[in-house]
Amino acid sequence: MSACRRPGAAHSMTRSVLAAVVGVVLAISAPLAAHAQEAGEPDLQAILQDNAELVADASRRTVQEVLDILVASQLPEVPEFLATWQAREVFQRNSDGLFVYVEDPESDPLTLIDITSGEVLGTAGSREVTQLRPNRGVQGVIAATRVQFQLASEDPARRMAALDSIESDPEESHLGILQGLLATETDPDVRERIELLLPALVIAFSDEDAPRVDAIRSLGGNISLTARATLNPLLATTLEFAETLPEGANIARELRPGSDALSREAAYAMLVDEGLAPPRVGRSDILSVLAGNIVDGAVGGIPVAELNTEEARGRAYGALVAAGIAPPAPSEADVSESLGAFVFFERYLEDSAAVTTAARETLDGIETRVGFYRFLDLSLDGISLASIYFLAAIGLAITFGVMGVINMAHGEFIMIGAYTGYVVQSLVPNETASLAIAIPLAFVVTFMAGVAMERLVIRWLYHRPLETLLATFGISIALQQIVRLVFGALTQPLTPPDWLAGSVTFNDVVSIGSVRVAIFILAVLFFVVLWLILNRTRLGLEVRAVTQNPAMAASMGINPDRINMLTFGLGSGIAGIAGVAIGLFAQVVPDMGSNYIVQSFMTVVVGGVGNIFGTLVGASMIGGLQKAIEWLNPTNTLAAQTYMILFVILFIQFRPRGIIALRGRAAGD
Amino acid sequence: MGNSIFVRNRSVPVFIAVLALVALGVTFLSPAYGTGALSVSFTKVLGMTLCLCLAALAMDLVWGYCGILSLGHFAFFGLGGYMIGMWLMTARTEAVIRANLAESPIPPTEAEVSQATALQIFSVVGAEDWPWMWAVSDSLFLSLLLVVLVPGVLALVFGWLAFRSRVTGVYLSILTQAMTLALSLYLFQNDTGLRGNNGLSGLQNIPGAEAIGQDRLSVWFFWASALALGLGYVGAAWLVSGKFGNIVRGIRDDELRVRFLGYPVEVYKLVVFTLSAMICGVAGALYYPQAGIINPDEIAPIASIYLAVWVAIGGRGRLYGAVIGAAVVSLLSTFFTSGRAPDVDLGFYEISWIDWWPVLLGLGFVLVTLFAPRGLAGLFDYVVRRQDP
Repeated sequence: MSACRRPGAAHSMTRSVLAAVVGVVLAISAPLAAHAQEAGEPDLQAILQDNAELVADASRRTVQEVLDILVASQLPEVPEFLATWQAREVFQRNSDGLFVYVEDPESDPLTLIDITSGEVLGTAGSREVTQLRPNRGVQGVIAATRVQFQLASEDPARRMAALDSIESDPEESHLGILQGLLATETDPDVRERIELLLPALVIAFSDEDAPRVDAIRSLGGNISLTARATLNPLLATTLEFAETLPEGANIARELRPGSDALSREAAYAMLVDEGLAPPRVGRSDILSVLAGNIVDGAVGGIPVAELNTEEARGRAYGALVAAGIAPPAPSEADVSESLGAFVFFERYLEDSAAVTTAARETLDGIETRVGFYRFLDLSLDGISLASIYFLAAIGLAITFGVMGVINMAHGEFIMIGAYTGYVVQSLVPNETASLAIAIPLAFVVTFMAGVAMERLVIRWLYHRPLETLLATFGISIALQQIVRLVFGALTQPLTPPDWLAGSVTFNDVVSIGSVRVAIFILAVLFFVVLWLILNRTRLGLEVRAVTQNPAMAASMGINPDRINMLTFGLGSGIAGIAGVAIGLFAQVVPDMGSNYIVQSFMTVVVGGVGNIFGTLVGASMIGGLQKAIEWLNPTNTLAAQTYMILFVILFIQFRPRGIIALRGRAAGD
Repeated sequence: MGNSIFVRNRSVPVFIAVLALVALGVTFLSPAYGTGALSVSFTKVLGMTLCLCLAALAMDLVWGYCGILSLGHFAFFGLGGYMIGMWLMTARTEAVIRANLAESPIPPTEAEVSQATALQIFSVVGAEDWPWMWAVSDSLFLSLLLVVLVPGVLALVFGWLAFRSRVTGVYLSILTQAMTLALSLYLFQNDTGLRGNNGLSGLQNIPGAEAIGQDRLSVWFFWASALALGLGYVGAAWLVSGKFGNIVRGIRDDELRVRFLGYPVEVYKLVVFTLSAMICGVAGALYYPQAGIINPDEIAPIASIYLAVWVAIGGRGRLYGAVIGAAVVSLLSTFFTSGRAPDVDLGFYEISWIDWWPVLLGLGFVLVTLFAPRGLAGLFDYVVRRQDP
């Protein structure tokens, strides 16, 4: 505030050129009347000069007149001027009565600045100018006018800005203004804002209980942060004590020393601080007293070497007390007695019980609603997590579930998909376009990688499932390391396009990232497409045939080799697309796949091997459960994962074939 | 009995002889008792390798003989390490605290020593009281008991649940993997009592042995590891050579048939699983004082997969295969990842072994699985059989 007050940026170029002309004219001491005529319109300086008396010697009674004129002018410089005026930083040049700003009010000589143009007008000694010093009353009227000025603006954004400034620095005078405005306001956003702000002002400035209670009640069910921030301070308490509960005080609750809310030590410390009880002698105090009174290798007649039990120390200290060397330590009984003489209580800072009761009830109501919305928010989180698990696991559901192949490199296909997205994005800068290219490309790349792996390795191991696990694990660490060698071990960015960067917000409690919504949609899409492929196409029919009985399928003219290859490629390709999606919100690093592999296997196993519907159910259960456990213990996501895994282990005991188990011949062995 | 096993399984005397030779060789090359050709740290690496061999042996019992591919055996290994680690850390910290407090004018009470020790150990996770699981950490005997009991009980409960509901094959592998993941996530939490991701450290300082020096301690631990491996080998060979071994192998080859013959399959599987978990616990308890530090990362699922891979590369179902696999792969890994191997300059590209070793290792797994399903020991058998018709 102390530096220059330049009404700078808001002014157009022409205006400042004009002002420069004006400045030159002034410099050759042209009459002031010419000033206004040069501008061609009634400018601020002219208005002020017309009312120079009222401005210079403003009083609370008369200032409103000039303020009304200023407001009516609707000049853009007016808010700036009013703010400066209120802050007592407008000066009047004694020689010609010109009103000016100064660059730094503390300096001498002062650098004068034109109030309309921001041009430097030259310097003046502190005796050549008079500082305008509106008194408190005048300042109040100016402040109210400033807000009014903004609130009267045509532009809703400016009205919003005025409400912002009211919220950050509320004054009693705003109360009436807002009430007036509420009657005329048409913009719904602004109106909503006023409806929130008005109770806050009533609560803060009204002297009577009834309107305040009404204002509090009017916030009932409003879950916005503002409403809660308005109500919470009303319930602030201080911890106090007295011999008896004070009459008429607004007491929140009485506390018993030794309860959870107030420990004996804390309560006693309060008494000690007030000098109402002797301080306790702690272990370290006793030790230092004992150490300071060692006489001939003994304290109070007890040899130092024997002071290694509490009991011996107690005796030695007792001896010192008896000898008058040490202060007596209050015993537990003494402490209890001291504590018993007082009542401890929490007192509301707000004196009116009606207000605090209303606030408590309203807030409880709000909390209930907030709790409901939290649950809703958590459900959304759970669905989102389930979608991610589903995306990560669905490829595995095909290779493991349908083909019975344990592909430990599945996570690496996810990783390769994410890196494909990263490479495409570094070549195609437009994020939307790169995403549109990356998704099919990731499918193609991982599809081919999957086919290659199936041809080279997995098809030799169909009758040795456990060894597939080892071979694919080998591939997994090799792939990880190769990617690390090519791209480095650091996190690579995969930026979502702008339309996915934000979040969908329902209210102050419920919101969800757009990426997560997209992932949910993608998961649903995957499910539908895969279901259609497996159940409604020739390929799906052949896949199911080969799954159930390869020999029979082969004799019916299906080529199991080709089907296995395609199925494995399909599962891998889907993992690649999932990788692009996961890369949008998670970190793209060479070992990102290993974060998903165990979860994915569990998802498939819990859901029931061999059908994608089971995977959907499994992912929903695991995702939902994990969020539910997190809800019980929100600080600790590690614990949530731990308990979720334990639950899965136990669950498998009772449904070894998963939630949706295949029955009959399709179940195989 | 011991005699008969030496006769019945010819690999036992050979193995014991080789192990004794290695132990002698290491002793003569060690810095404390021999020429000093081996550094202290390399002596420790060799001792740790023997512990890994013992864990692989245990793995071979469950997988090679009983057909249970456990992907969570390193959990038992780590638990053994944690159990002995608690004692090592408590005893050592308490000694340091006592030495510090001895200078204070008034001698400390036992409660004060205990409190100060707890503060010293747990301040890193923001706690100052002993967690319940440290209740017996001041007793070496009870801690040693826990080394076998805790992995044993965990394996017993887990195995009972899993085998009872007939979870087999791949499903069991995934369940065991989930178990070790859950355990490692649990231990990663700071408030679960085992110092979270800090783990237990300073385990190489053996309480009461400060004067002995790491050079001699490393050899002693090597001997202890060799002894444990030898005993484990003889015990495992004895176990799988008799009727028990036949039934267990039967379960591996056709579980249903053995069940229909009237054998309680679950009990046999449970015995093997629990026993091998206990052996793993012992191996871990010997391993971590040599490694010096244990943290939850050690029991992440990947460690257990490596264990299975060692056994597969060595060759399953023949005990010495597991030992060979673990020794060869872990020593080669140490060699290539420690920077000892010279880089190969191809002119246009310099192959850095530290970078390329994981790739080679991974491809190695694939090749062994595809082309040498009996593993390295299978090749060994092939050579032996040709010479000895």
